[in-house]
Amino acid sequence: MAELTSIPGLLERNARKCGARPAYREKEFGIWQSWTWAEAAAEVEALALGLIEIGLNPGDHVAIVGRNRPQFYMSMVAIQSAGAVPVPVYQDSVAEEIAYVLDHCGACMAIVEDQEQVDKVIEIKERLPGLKDILYVDPRGLRKYDHSHMTPLAEVQALGRAAKGRLEDELKRRREALDYDSTCVMLYTSGTTGRPKGVVLSNRNIIETSKASAEFDKLTEQESILAYLPMAWVGDFIFSVGQAYWCGFCTNCPESTTTMYENLHEIGPTYFFAPPRYFEERITILTIRMEDAGAFKRGMYKRFMELASRVGPRILDGEPVGFMDRLKYAIGNVLVYRPVRNRAGMSNVRVAYTAGEAIGPEIFDFWRSLGINLKQLYGQTEASVFITQQPDNEVRADTVGVPSPGVELKIAESGEVFYRSPGVFVEYYKNAESTADTKDAEGWVATGDAGFIEESSGHLRIIDRAKDVGKLANGALFAPKYVENKLKFFPNVLEAVVHGADRDFCTAFINIDLTAVGNWAERNNIAYGSYQELAGHPEVLETIQGHVEEVNRSLATDEMLSGCQIHRFLVLHKELDADDGELTRTRKVRRKIIGEKFHDLVTALYDGSSSVSTETEVTYEDGRKGSIKATLEIRDAKTVPVEAKTLEAAE
Amino acid sequence: MNAMAGNYTTADGRQIGGVMMEMKNITLKFGGVTAISDISFDVHEGEIRAIIGPNGAGKSSMLNVISGFYHPQEGEVWFRGSKRPAMKPYEVARQGVARTFQNIALFDGMSTLDNIMTGRLTHMKASMLSQALWWGKAEREEVENRAVVEKIIDFLEIQHIRKTPVGRLPYGLKKRVELARALVAEPKLLLLDEPMAGMNVEEKEDMSRFILDVNDEFGTTICLIEHDMGVVMDLSDRVVVMDYGRKIGDGTPDEVRGNQDVIDAYLGVEH
Repeated sequence: MAELTSIPGLLERNARKCGARPAYREKEFGIWQSWTWAEAAAEVEALALGLIEIGLNPGDHVAIVGRNRPQFYMSMVAIQSAGAVPVPVYQDSVAEEIAYVLDHCGACMAIVEDQEQVDKVIEIKERLPGLKDILYVDPRGLRKYDHSHMTPLAEVQALGRAAKGRLEDELKRRREALDYDSTCVMLYTSGTTGRPKGVVLSNRNIIETSKASAEFDKLTEQESILAYLPMAWVGDFIFSVGQAYWCGFCTNCPESTTTMYENLHEIGPTYFFAPPRYFEERITILTIRMEDAGAFKRGMYKRFMELASRVGPRILDGEPVGFMDRLKYAIGNVLVYRPVRNRAGMSNVRVAYTAGEAIGPEIFDFWRSLGINLKQLYGQTEASVFITQQPDNEVRADTVGVPSPGVELKIAESGEVFYRSPGVFVEYYKNAESTADTKDAEGWVATGDAGFIEESSGHLRIIDRAKDVGKLANGALFAPKYVENKLKFFPNVLEAVVHGADRDFCTAFINIDLTAVGNWAERNNIAYGSYQELAGHPEVLETIQGHVEEVNRSLATDEMLSGCQIHRFLVLHKELDADDGELTRTRKVRRKIIGEKFHDLVTALYDGSSSVSTETEVTYEDGRKGSIKATLEIRDAKTVPVEAKTLEAAE
Repeated sequence: MNAMAGNYTTADGRQIGGVMMEMKNITLKFGGVTAISDISFDVHEGEIRAIIGPNGAGKSSMLNVISGFYHPQEGEVWFRGSKRPAMKPYEVARQGVARTFQNIALFDGMSTLDNIMTGRLTHMKASMLSQALWWGKAEREEVENRAVVEKIIDFLEIQHIRKTPVGRLPYGLKKRVELARALVAEPKLLLLDEPMAGMNVEEKEDMSRFILDVNDEFGTTICLIEHDMGVVMDLSDRVVVMDYGRKIGDGTPDEVRGNQDVIDAYLGVEH
């Protein structure tokens, strides 16, 4: 039976088995509109026929650029039905980045959202001879454009409906030709180094992974999720397509990118995923609001949150807790925890995951103490997400869990983590060399992360990116991300970049968090005119210095990493930004590029000067460039003297 | 006078229709002060028409004459081929003329949604009793009106502030809410009094985009007053220039830019 070996096959099954259940919801014009599985199947069929009608051939690639909307999810399945390969692209990419992806995959069509995306594609169209058609969803502002190669998506669907009699058999043939080894989707990795690579994932990768992970967390067709993370990210594809189609649950799309919190509150998903940054942000907002609340509410909140942090996680894990504490927790649940969960849109959450970066233990425990089953997972695009994940009741802030079902793990001599699973990608598109570097003949894939398996629990712990782990000049272990994460756990610190490989000591760049520091400035009547001015304020520097020194004290207790204490630091005059190439689109620090771009600042950190003048080029969202000048103060931080140990394990 | 009496095609290829509104020899006095003296100009269907001039030139007075707030002592206002009798502003509004104000006139305590709903007032016909009981016609009307309002909210991308009290919004968003309220009246002619005053560059770009989209998408004729010359020259099809209540120029942005009287009025001239 070919039905369970492709996404279009699963759609057919869902339309038959639970056709009246909702498949998609999107808030539009202030009302949640929905599509049942049967309706979605009809929409997808019309679109697939339309795509064949306008000349889509099996094996072609079609780019998708837009925010999470049912039309785009249905487009992806329509593309698959027609035998072609969907390639979702990060919608906030600048034209250059889109050009690279479209050129590399040789896309013949691009399905885009609105004028903004159309403009980007038109800008690069001349360089892309293969790109024939631009299909768009929102016609606003496009009336005057040359429509010789542009069609509204709805029109393509109308063409498809009209051509049904003629092309139905062709569509059926193409759909039946899909099997477990056909390409399901191609996703470009954000690339912390070099150019993005196109990861080819087969139906087997996606469906096997979805099946195993759905069983792991007992997901059913009753789940409901909010699709708000970029469609080009593998996680969204697994949650909103893989698992959603396997289980038959409903994917909800927000009204706009700015209404996500409100929509989350309205939908109350049962299964939720967010990066650590999101959970931090929500606590920052909550804390700010509580500070503005009346004394009674503030007192109540403080008292019950103290109780929650003491017993909440234990109650969640079903461990023994005294009767009085249980009673108090139940009262707190009515008065504080439930309202907080409700405001955060987490009332119905049964399983929540965070991944991508390390999460601060306090942040992690905060949510768990409210009774939310927040867990961590560790994954990669190349693995179709899942490598390890935490089972219910075995949740800790410092591990990433046990191997997911079907995944084998091994740790190499160098400390690098390798895995093998049914989810392992087919290849990097048109890049056999990189494929061979990453995946060996037996199917083992290098994660690029250094870590170890904890013997007592069998959980995996990640230390850092394997290539970033290095040594200081004196031979002490240098793990920059580990230190950066410690810094980032302070709400005032948004981003940190630690330097020190092959140097005598460690230094750091720090980005302040404008929300937290701005609020602090407001409450303390500190006036500032710009980000730059706030970042350079002496009191802000004083606070950050306090944070750095606290991190140093904590590092001093870690025998492996005590050499990573930060001796000197500066607060950057601009926020690190993906548009400037300093972060990836998934907001990971690009160490090398930052090192090159701010080399004058790095030099100043090491030559003992107390301030440095610099000029930095910035890119605005529309691609224009400008520059900002600043004089930055460099501060020395107190360190705790320890005898640094050298380490052989990490290469 | 300007030569383009009939239909014409703009630089960007839009078809502009015939005359929609014509001001003939308007003179407006407040006591001994002459705010507008003997001005004539017209506005074509589908056009973006700007009125510019230094402070105190009489631009806002002109807009108030069009919207029926002021009644000129001399001159005639012709709207769609017939002479307009002296009308109250709400009667003018019913004819399909909507406006925004220079210094935002919204209800601060009401939500964005409610503020915009007030723009539908001219389209509500149910009796007060029916509205109070929320029954029959009133209910149907409210649903229809809400649908129009939601389309505009979507159009102007203000979904996220739907339920926020307007008093809490930043300036740029308030301006957008005001534009939304004018748009839901489904006007034939939209009057904008300094839509970009006090905005930063980014907000101005957004607002310009919205004005062009309104004109493009709904075919709304727009008459606007604006100080930012860059914006005016980019947006408008034709420009009227006023100074001390007189008209000193009228034509396409390029024509106006080359007009010596206009240059003198803006840059000053030795007397």
